[in-house]
Amino acid sequence: MSNKTIQVDALESEAIYIFREVVAQFEKPVLLFSGGKDSITLVRLAQKAFYPAKIPFPLMHIDTGHNFPETIEFRDRLTKELGVELIVRNVQDNIDSGRVKEETGRYASRNMLQTETLLDAIEEFGFDACIGGARRDEEKARAKERIFSVRDDFGQWDEKNQRPEVFDMLNGRIDLGQNVRVFPISNWTELDVWSYIEQEGIEIPSIYFAHKRKTFVRDGMIWSADDDVVYRDEEEEVVERMVRFRTVGDMSCTAAVLSDAVDIVKVVEEIRDSSISERGARIDDKRSEAAMEKRKQQGYF
Amino acid sequence: MKVLKIATAGSVDDGKSTLIGRILYDTKSLTDDKLEAIEEKSRQRGFDYLDFSLATDGLVAEREQGITIDVAHIYFSTPSKSFIIADTPGHIEYTRNMVTGASTAQASIVLIDARNGVVEQTYRHFFINNLLRIKDVVIAVNKMDLVDFSEEKFNQIKGEIEYLASKSEYKGQNLTFIPLSALQGDNVVEKSENTPWYKGETLMHHLERLDLDDIDDVSQTRFPVQTVIRPKTEEYHDFRGYAGKIYGGNLAVGDEVAVLPSQTKSKIKSINFFDKEFQEAKRGSSITVTLEDNVNVSRGDMLVKVTEEPKITKQLDATICWMDKEPLQASQKYYIKHGVNDAQAKITQLSSIIKTDFSGIEENPSALELNQIGDIQLKLSKPLLVDSYKDNKSNGSFILINPKTNSTVGVGFIR
Repeated sequence: MSNKTIQVDALESEAIYIFREVVAQFEKPVLLFSGGKDSITLVRLAQKAFYPAKIPFPLMHIDTGHNFPETIEFRDRLTKELGVELIVRNVQDNIDSGRVKEETGRYASRNMLQTETLLDAIEEFGFDACIGGARRDEEKARAKERIFSVRDDFGQWDEKNQRPEVFDMLNGRIDLGQNVRVFPISNWTELDVWSYIEQEGIEIPSIYFAHKRKTFVRDGMIWSADDDVVYRDEEEEVVERMVRFRTVGDMSCTAAVLSDAVDIVKVVEEIRDSSISERGARIDDKRSEAAMEKRKQQGYF
Repeated sequence: MKVLKIATAGSVDDGKSTLIGRILYDTKSLTDDKLEAIEEKSRQRGFDYLDFSLATDGLVAEREQGITIDVAHIYFSTPSKSFIIADTPGHIEYTRNMVTGASTAQASIVLIDARNGVVEQTYRHFFINNLLRIKDVVIAVNKMDLVDFSEEKFNQIKGEIEYLASKSEYKGQNLTFIPLSALQGDNVVEKSENTPWYKGETLMHHLERLDLDDIDDVSQTRFPVQTVIRPKTEEYHDFRGYAGKIYGGNLAVGDEVAVLPSQTKSKIKSINFFDKEFQEAKRGSSITVTLEDNVNVSRGDMLVKVTEEPKITKQLDATICWMDKEPLQASQKYYIKHGVNDAQAKITQLSSIIKTDFSGIEENPSALELNQIGDIQLKLSKPLLVDSYKDNKSNGSFILINPKTNSTVGVGFIR
């Protein structure tokens, strides 16, 4: 017995449409998977776009080596369940070979180093479309990003010379050596993503829910006290707090928030009432007002 | 959640950034950290007010020059609806950005400075709203506080716009006039005590009340096939699904359809969305369908109801907005992308340039420059399945792509 009438939600319908355009217009797409809520949402949308066939492209994780262990465990389990190929490329390899230099000091982070590893991997596999979970509401340089964003050989974003995107027509024509970054959930907000995760019952890594964690406070933000990864002055005191993470980047650049939201219903409530934006807990954006735009020009997502 | 996309255009001088900032602030959509950043930057620059354009001008060049260059997207929500504002600069050199922003909008806000009344920019913005056939247009008469909330001034502007509307080709538009002060918040979210003569709604109340179903154009069903889904697994050995998004109307199991351009007839066997089947799917839905018969269908083909066929043609008459520095000239060749379908196109005639200030047309021009709008004729390398833009927006529009640069150089509206 089949159900009566379906009206696919506008944002979900748009994302599915974009996924199908990617597969039709490109030869070697890849989904960039970080283990965060946005890329997990992308995976569900990709499943829906091609069901009952499997997701017709691999997932790739650029591993900084500073990820939360919970994220890595989750990543491996999810890709196994889906039966899709998972490609992992490590920032550590580039550090070991001396291609990139690791930052040191209080605010050291491997976030910037991901770019080099990503560009190497794009070249290694010949990917012509890289699908990512960036959203325009996250940050104001991202608000200017196209759904199909053309990058040159160096992965550079030419923000002043972007293709106009009219109606829902997506122009994926590129020259050899260029590639396109694709953002199917461009028009979603943080709350849209969380509501979707709730509605669909999508599993997400445990660090998104409130849990007890050893932490310390710096610059008014709460950091995970993992001495191997996060730089900490001796006088910065470690205290166990009830926290959760709103975004899942590296341990070294992602701050926690105090929270009692132990399940998805409470998380959605918390986001709805929140007076701080999600990128407010990302130290990588706080380096300067143009931090994101600069990183994107260099090939960052 | 329902989403309403709104286009705005105008310069900082109109108080547009202030209006958007006011909406964000009054709907509590500006988080504390973003507000603090705006406060700090405004102070640094020596402003004695909050410069809300700092929240939306995302590029270094935009902040340096104090102008919006590109389309900015602003997101906020109320308990009943989500809103996306596509905000563009209103000057003539940004016509292409305005068209881009307006192309996905269901409603539009035209901002007018009450002191200056209707100016050249208002004409252009109004023209684009008509060209794109945006059904709900709000004429926001701003800075009413600077004209002592004068009803007479407001009515004078209203009269001028109504006269303009009477001259325009598109008659289905709903015009709503609202007297505002974005700076002081009059009639933005809260009803103003300064305009007792105004009996209408506040801006936000109006936007919240707009019924999305009414403002979407309803027309004949068009189902362009994006990709064919063949799982090739044991369980789904014979599954052959056609994936796409429905435009115009609905599609139901049992509907008799024609596969275009081959015109093979079949019936809808199933409508699938993820792991469930449905009897009917509404327009706007990205779904997968299967057919009763084993017919040949591939990307770019279109399923339509048998009595509702579009025009199958190798020649197009269209109005085009040019978006590239290299001008359009007759006899040039481009790629055309019509929905998910591609072909080659040759410009056979450039008949006129249409003035966006309603001052008429220039006949037989030699070229169409960046940001100009004109009428052209095209010859196509293969037949496309088209409607006129006024009958079906998605199936009546196309883009042109420069084969040398791969850039999108123009957007066309089929007549």
